[in-house]
Amino acid sequence: MSPSVRLQEMIRVIRGARTQGEERGVIQRECAAIRAQFRQADNGTRSHNLAKLLYVHMLGYPAHFGQMECVRLIASPRYNEKRVGYLGAMMLLDEKQDASLLITNSIKNDLSHNSQYVQSLALCTLACMGSAEMCRDLAPEIDRLLRASNSYIKKKAALCAVHIVRKVPDLGELFTPAARSLLCEKNHGVLHGAVVLITELCERNPDTLEQFRKVVPELVQIMKGLVMSGYSPEHNVAGISDPFLQVRILRLLRILGRNNDTASDAMNDLLAQVATNTDSSKTAGSAVLYETVLTVMDIKSESGLRVLAVNILGRFLLNNDRNIRYISMTSLQKIVQTDHNAVQRHRGTIVDCLKDQDASVKRRALELSLALVSAVNIRSLMKELLLFLSSCPPELRAHTTSGIFNAAERYAPSQRWHIDTILHVLTTAGGDVRDETVPNLIQLITTATELHCYTVHKLYRALITDISVQSLVQVACWCIGEYGDLLLRGECEETEPVQVTEDDVLDALETVLQSHMSSPATRGFALTATMKLSTRITHNVDRIRSIVSIYGSCIDVELQQRAVEYNALFKKYDHMRYRGSVCGAPSVIAKLPEYLLGGSGEPVPSSGLSHTVPGPATSTSGGDLLDLLGGLDVSPGE
Amino acid sequence: MMRFLLLFSRQGKLRLQKWFTPIPEREKKKIVRDMTTMVLARKPRSCNFLHWKDLKIVYKRYASLYFCCGLDAEENELIALEMLHRYVELLDKYFGNVCELDIIFNFEKAYFILDEFLLGGEIQETSKQVVSRAIEASDMLQEVRCCPVGTDLRSVFPSS
Repeated sequence: MSPSVRLQEMIRVIRGARTQGEERGVIQRECAAIRAQFRQADNGTRSHNLAKLLYVHMLGYPAHFGQMECVRLIASPRYNEKRVGYLGAMMLLDEKQDASLLITNSIKNDLSHNSQYVQSLALCTLACMGSAEMCRDLAPEIDRLLRASNSYIKKKAALCAVHIVRKVPDLGELFTPAARSLLCEKNHGVLHGAVVLITELCERNPDTLEQFRKVVPELVQIMKGLVMSGYSPEHNVAGISDPFLQVRILRLLRILGRNNDTASDAMNDLLAQVATNTDSSKTAGSAVLYETVLTVMDIKSESGLRVLAVNILGRFLLNNDRNIRYISMTSLQKIVQTDHNAVQRHRGTIVDCLKDQDASVKRRALELSLALVSAVNIRSLMKELLLFLSSCPPELRAHTTSGIFNAAERYAPSQRWHIDTILHVLTTAGGDVRDETVPNLIQLITTATELHCYTVHKLYRALITDISVQSLVQVACWCIGEYGDLLLRGECEETEPVQVTEDDVLDALETVLQSHMSSPATRGFALTATMKLSTRITHNVDRIRSIVSIYGSCIDVELQQRAVEYNALFKKYDHMRYRGSVCGAPSVIAKLPEYLLGGSGEPVPSSGLSHTVPGPATSTSGGDLLDLLGGLDVSPGE
Repeated sequence: MMRFLLLFSRQGKLRLQKWFTPIPEREKKKIVRDMTTMVLARKPRSCNFLHWKDLKIVYKRYASLYFCCGLDAEENELIALEMLHRYVELLDKYFGNVCELDIIFNFEKAYFILDEFLLGGEIQETSKQVVSRAIEASDMLQEVRCCPVGTDLRSVFPSS
């Protein structure tokens, strides 16, 4: 049986294993046999045994005992053994293994081999896993091959030089002259390698970059040749002549034209030509157009050319191919700051992409929409964003809510709109908002004095509908505690008022207090709100007192502490109750938002009962707060 | 440059892995796991581009095999799609109507073809014919197992 069939036979047997255990057994046996074979003298099957080992390695099993065999095979005079040996080296060795140093000499010898296919193996391996020392050692050899060899070797040597420069940037200077002369080659493989090498050299060394600016005209000529040439069967892809080479040249032009007027001027016409003449019905053409657009936007191009580029992106947005829509949006994202107006023109299409089925496209559309928000379009764009929020994938919700809040904060046309927007977000996605949302919203409501009545009505309605969204419930409780009297009055200009009794309101708060869904922090809000209402209502103070005293023995330490303190306020300090303790203290809230974050429900030690209890805060650390409220001229609740 | 190229089946079995930067074995395994999980979770008509850490991931499904590559952030995703397609075309030319089984049973050949198309994470040859001819010539050389390289083939095959 020829050894090659034995490899395939082994693969067949392994695949036939019905369980993981069976597979392991087969592999253990095979590996044992391979190990034994490795120890024997050369018997002509070494390469096949190594190949078997490489298969086993790909399945995830350890194969380090094959490393030395790779070294041996690479040194063999037989091509088939060298080939597998080098493959093994690329798969099993990397620069961190000691064994990799041992192949340096073989590579060196093979680089001067009289068969180009052997040279090719050495070049490939060096470019794949050559360490810094190997690169330093062999760089002169590579430079020699760059200058004097056939195109098959030159193209590989060029990419090998790229790897060397990545590993040892100082060696860039060595390759610069050879790279320059490679641009005169006609062979596409060599040209491609040369362009990649020059790109790498220019990216790493500003002096080299300066030098290579002089070759812009030459690059422009090469591109023109590719774009204007007739059908070339060898390099044609969907009607584009060598799109791979075109894309690399465009990328190099981008680097050369950046921040440089002369170079940018020299390539202006070419870019316009490529942008207009390239057929984008297939991916290859779109790839070239895409690279052209990126180049135009990055260099110092004429404004007409820039407009052309943005329009190409706009056209891409309407393309049926999802990939093209996606990259169009990533490109627009890059230029939305610098060319804001140009991108705004395509806002409609971008917003439509929010409805795309694909999650990646949706994400891009969201980023771009948020970047396009302005004072002019805030109302219409926010409608779309809120619509998006109601159906957006869960992983995007947090980002969407924070984006909406930021936009609302910057461009809100009115306070009422702002409050409405935040409430809408809380109702739709209250579980995905950041912690600061609650104190921020409270602060906003406080400052919007004409809207207190409107806000408390809206929040009361929201509260009796649904108490599962903690952030919304917390704000609602706070609002009711603060402006409950407005609620009870039953009149409101901005919205239809509710007709509620004091009992109804207390019912709502008690429901929150007793619900399993309420978090400890939410219960804190509800209890404090209940307490605050004792100064704003007239008939049900006893009910409040009884609620408060019940919670005096609550298991939750935080609630218990509050309840006990409030209880004391009722008993011993009743005369103070109106005068300052439970009245809202907006200035405090504004100054100490962090106290409102009682989300964790952790008890904060308080220093006794003589301190004031500002709004929905967790128990205060006495001393700090006392200072601020030293004046104590807070008027009774509104 | 391309950082890695992976081929895996719909069940997540790895058929080929090419790494263009030195990475510890454990991390390679993690990357393979992440890629297979991410790509296999994608819906059928999704976009072929993903973001993962600081890399762009481009993948395409061909019958039962997923071709997945990781690229640096400045790479052109559309041309990467073309690159994957070119590799599939090369495999197809070599094996004749290539299927997953061909790549399983002849994995070394798949690597040899890849090594004629990409080098150090970059494209080395943009012409299909040149790559195919190079593979054919290398295979011919390999057939002559017994002779050291450099032997004049005319002495072995006098009629050719």
